[in-house]
Amino acid sequence: MSSQGGWGSSKEFLDLVKSIGEAKSKAEEERIVAAEIEMLKRRIVEPDVPRKKMKEYIIRLVYVEMLGHDASFGYIQAVKMTHDDNLLLKRSGYLAVTLFLNEDHDLIILIVNTIQKDLKSDNYLVCCAALTAVCKLLNEETIPAVLPQVVELLAHPKELVRKKAVMALHRFHQRSPSSVSHLIPKFRQILCDKDPSVMSAALCALFDLVTADANAYRNLTTSFVSILKQVVEHRLSKLFDYHRTPAPFIQIKILKILALLGAGEKHTSENMYSVLAEVLKRSDAASNIGNAILYECICTITTIHASPRLLEVAAEITSRFLKSENHNYKYMGIDALGRVIKINPDFAEQHQLAVIDCLEDPDDTLKRKTLDLLYKMTKSSNVEVIVEHMISYMRTLNDAHNKTELASRVIELAERFAPSNQWFIQTMNQVFELAGDLVPPKVAHDLMRLLAEGAGEDDEEADSLLRSSAVESYLHVLGEPKLPSVLLQVICWVLGEYGTADGTHSADDIIGRLCDVAESHPGDITVKGYSITAITKICAFEISAGRQVDLIPECRTFIEDLLASHSTDLQQRAYELQAILALSPETVANILPMDASCEDIEVDRNLSFLNEFVESAAANGARSYMPENERSGMSTVVTGTHEQLESSAHALRFEAYEVPKPAAPPPIAAAPAALPFPDFEEQKPESSRSLRKQLAADREPDADSLNPEIVRLRLDGVQKKWGRYSQPQSSSTSTSSLDRRGDHGSDQVTQVGGGHREAVAASSIESGPVSELRQIERKKPQPEISTEKQRLAASLFGGPTASGRFSGSGGAKVSSRPGTVVQPAEKVLPPRPSSGGSKEKASDAGISKQIAAPSIPAPVDLLDMSDDNVPRVMTTAPGNDPFKQLEGLLEPVTTSSALPVPPQTASMDLMSLYDGNPAPSATGPVTTVPDLVSIAAPSSSSGASQSSTNGFPSLMDLGDLSASPFVELTGSVQGQASSKPMSQLKKGPSRQDSLQKDAASRHVGVTPTGTNPALFQDLFG
Amino acid sequence: MILAALVMNTQGKPRITKFYVPLGVEKQQEAIRTIYSALSQRPEDSCSFVETEDIFGPDTKLVYKHFATLYFIFVIDSSESELGMLDLIQVFVETLDRCFKNVCELDIVYNFNKVHTILDEIVMGGQVVETNSAEVLKAVQDIWKLERVGDLNVPSVRGIGSYRSKS
Repeated sequence: MSSQGGWGSSKEFLDLVKSIGEAKSKAEEERIVAAEIEMLKRRIVEPDVPRKKMKEYIIRLVYVEMLGHDASFGYIQAVKMTHDDNLLLKRSGYLAVTLFLNEDHDLIILIVNTIQKDLKSDNYLVCCAALTAVCKLLNEETIPAVLPQVVELLAHPKELVRKKAVMALHRFHQRSPSSVSHLIPKFRQILCDKDPSVMSAALCALFDLVTADANAYRNLTTSFVSILKQVVEHRLSKLFDYHRTPAPFIQIKILKILALLGAGEKHTSENMYSVLAEVLKRSDAASNIGNAILYECICTITTIHASPRLLEVAAEITSRFLKSENHNYKYMGIDALGRVIKINPDFAEQHQLAVIDCLEDPDDTLKRKTLDLLYKMTKSSNVEVIVEHMISYMRTLNDAHNKTELASRVIELAERFAPSNQWFIQTMNQVFELAGDLVPPKVAHDLMRLLAEGAGEDDEEADSLLRSSAVESYLHVLGEPKLPSVLLQVICWVLGEYGTADGTHSADDIIGRLCDVAESHPGDITVKGYSITAITKICAFEISAGRQVDLIPECRTFIEDLLASHSTDLQQRAYELQAILALSPETVANILPMDASCEDIEVDRNLSFLNEFVESAAANGARSYMPENERSGMSTVVTGTHEQLESSAHALRFEAYEVPKPAAPPPIAAAPAALPFPDFEEQKPESSRSLRKQLAADREPDADSLNPEIVRLRLDGVQKKWGRYSQPQSSSTSTSSLDRRGDHGSDQVTQVGGGHREAVAASSIESGPVSELRQIERKKPQPEISTEKQRLAASLFGGPTASGRFSGSGGAKVSSRPGTVVQPAEKVLPPRPSSGGSKEKASDAGISKQIAAPSIPAPVDLLDMSDDNVPRVMTTAPGNDPFKQLEGLLEPVTTSSALPVPPQTASMDLMSLYDGNPAPSATGPVTTVPDLVSIAAPSSSSGASQSSTNGFPSLMDLGDLSASPFVELTGSVQGQASSKPMSQLKKGPSRQDSLQKDAASRHVGVTPTGTNPALFQDLFG
Repeated sequence: MILAALVMNTQGKPRITKFYVPLGVEKQQEAIRTIYSALSQRPEDSCSFVETEDIFGPDTKLVYKHFATLYFIFVIDSSESELGMLDLIQVFVETLDRCFKNVCELDIVYNFNKVHTILDEIVMGGQVVETNSAEVLKAVQDIWKLERVGDLNVPSVRGIGSYRSKS
């Protein structure tokens, strides 16, 4: 079938494709397609359209829909076509329907009957077509209608049908597990199907089942192991070879399943060691598919209960991946490295340069993967470099999704490992600038809290230095255009609290800037609110310092604007400011004390100071207080004070006062009213949660905080480093202070003060008794990093001074950094048997040392190789590659590689392939699982002994050799000898041919989507 | 599993699209556009994987290969092997090449229903069914042979194409 002769479609379709290809603009294309749709709409409803013609229309509909246009008017015709008796038409109908309809479409019900019929067809191709359709079209409701037929097909004589029936059942299981739950034992049985391709279909289903519940399938481990063993030993028919690798997809699937089964299961894992070693040994590292298997082996080895030897090989392969020139292998290498260092953190250091290479690679995927890896490797010694890279990568990102994720990672790392507060603030500023409103508001609050509380070392000087530097940096940042709202809020708060604190900036100066902020964001009520509150605070500080406050005109206009604002919240704030301006310094100093955002406030919960007033009122004949629920109606509300409070609570919803929280809102909750601030309502639960987390952490200041190095590699349970640990009592104090909301009454001034106090109280929670517990990793900032890679690597991986290396278990952490405390490594990674005693500072050979530690209970004959050359045998290390030496032996390959395969019979009974176990295979096509297991055990051992005793392995090596690229280039002779010459030898389509063809078509003047019609004229004469 | 198999040309025009997860027509088009913009920006010697969490949800990636004027793309989740998918693309293209004798983009455009048949023999319901391109070819040719014979009622169609056991 030549390409031209094969175009079975009509001239009209070709014309359509051609004219679309020639369309000069999107609009022109749209026009052509629209015309086509109009035409089809008319044609398909005509009476007596010939069936072949209808098929043609439907194909065109599919094409049109693929281009993104609606073809729903023709769906019904496609459904009708599935009813046709002609296979061509029926299959076209099925194709169209599977592409058009989703499982829940109304028309599906019209097809179910046809499918039922087709599943029973005598013709296996019809069955197959129906099975393919079934995978796409059925939902939970329709599955039962065809289930019996599909199950029947499991016993179909054709393996192709059986295979597809298994696939369909698997699909049903994905869609609606309950509908096929009674069939799950079937999947186990199918594993023993006499045809390996059917068995491999069952593997897909079993993979899903094992993912859901590994325990239920652990007893199949030996079966999987023995299947894998047979596959690896090349005992399946050559038909299953792919580029000389035996059934690679089966190998990969089984490796994935084994990883799930062996995770955390020592005994199960031990059963896999030898077969894994075999797979590692036989996989061809020169071919893509061989590497796919090797990578899968790494995944399995790093997931199951660790075997030191296998780990060593896995590490070896990982380094080969990393060193590869091929970007795909590098990518897999980075991924594998991430897996290996989870078990052995020291391993990363050997590959620092490769990792840096990947980080600086222009390939975006690789870069991101590397950042993922670095994120997992971050510790306090390298956090600055890693975060710097992340931020510079963030600059290049455009999409919100990735930006949000990266931002949250940067924040997390910064919170966990920040070397200094200054650095933290700067990093946060960058994150805010880059990710803007994608950053959760909580981060902003944490930042403000940090500033409010300072470094927490009772070092007032350091704190005020920190604050001044923050003020400076924010004044600087304000100069930049387009700042995100969250950052502006932080800036306003900081300027309000600390803007004038160190005296470098005059109040007018700061107020001016704050007015600018509000002015440049006219639509942002939250920012305006922050801004006016900040101005209020500065004025208050000025007044209480005894200075005359003379508001600049700009500010006056701003206040006047707000007095008439639509937002009642802004209005109230403006009035409060005005009221404060009229007060005496003493009062102001009381209500808005300088730098008191962290002060605790004594709150008289019983309102005892009102007693006198109440008594005198009662003496004057006023009625006594009646709780709300006892009152009959609002008209009887007792005092004006309460009424006002009540109404104001309804009108303004003083959110901050209303809900008693176990923990307090963050310090910026200086807002007396929260109505227009949806943010606030979100923030509070969050902050209280985080606080509770801290409290919890406080209660057990255990190895988590003392052993930061270890915690770092884990991704879960991020420990918060910022903010003060507060005592439970302090929390309860503020809770009560929050709880109480009525005492500020009608006096507006008091209310203003109350508003602030409330906030003060809120923030005070974090400032409880100052705890001396400082984070160990708050070390001095790292020295400046040069662009030179080595230095970069050193800083990334800790270089020779990294403190984070210790042995796997039981050892003592030996730190080379003089200042750091040596901790007993109690909470180390999950204990491994790999290393026994304590370990000295890791050298570069750390991994091998550790792995080869004498205490290893080495599985006997695991890798079938001597200790000293373990790392090398697996690889294509140029030095001792036996393949190279055997290059001259190409010719015999065909015969020798055929040897291990038993005589090919028509049936490929898996069972019959077992060495020395011909008898059980006679038990029939469906062997039960226990049988299989019992068979598998002796066979695997016999297989192993065979491979180690006779000449088998060397023959296999020859087989492997033939798959090397060298052979593929030179092996034409061999290709003729092989039964399937092209598929084995040609890697892919003849690219040259297609290129030539392509070039030819260009030569004629046409690229397929180009505008020159010359080629088409050629085609049509 | 495989979430989608796509073939598009280097101008972003879809040639074959097959989604194994339910996705509305608009979503499909959006996915195609996003994938194209992601692929077209990638430099020549970058790796064949693109993480696509924003299109297909967490834990998904594109595996693609660039042949002449076409991108062959499989969208997979973590239960498939990335490198393995590259070989599956290879199988797919190899089979196309055998069917159409030096396949080019035009073959795929004009015969996209046949290409779908081939793809159906390789991937079914999001799982890999067959990876031997000779077997795929044989199955597909059986179908075509039968399609040429015509009506299923014709008795002679029985027993056509004894699959695999012949070899």
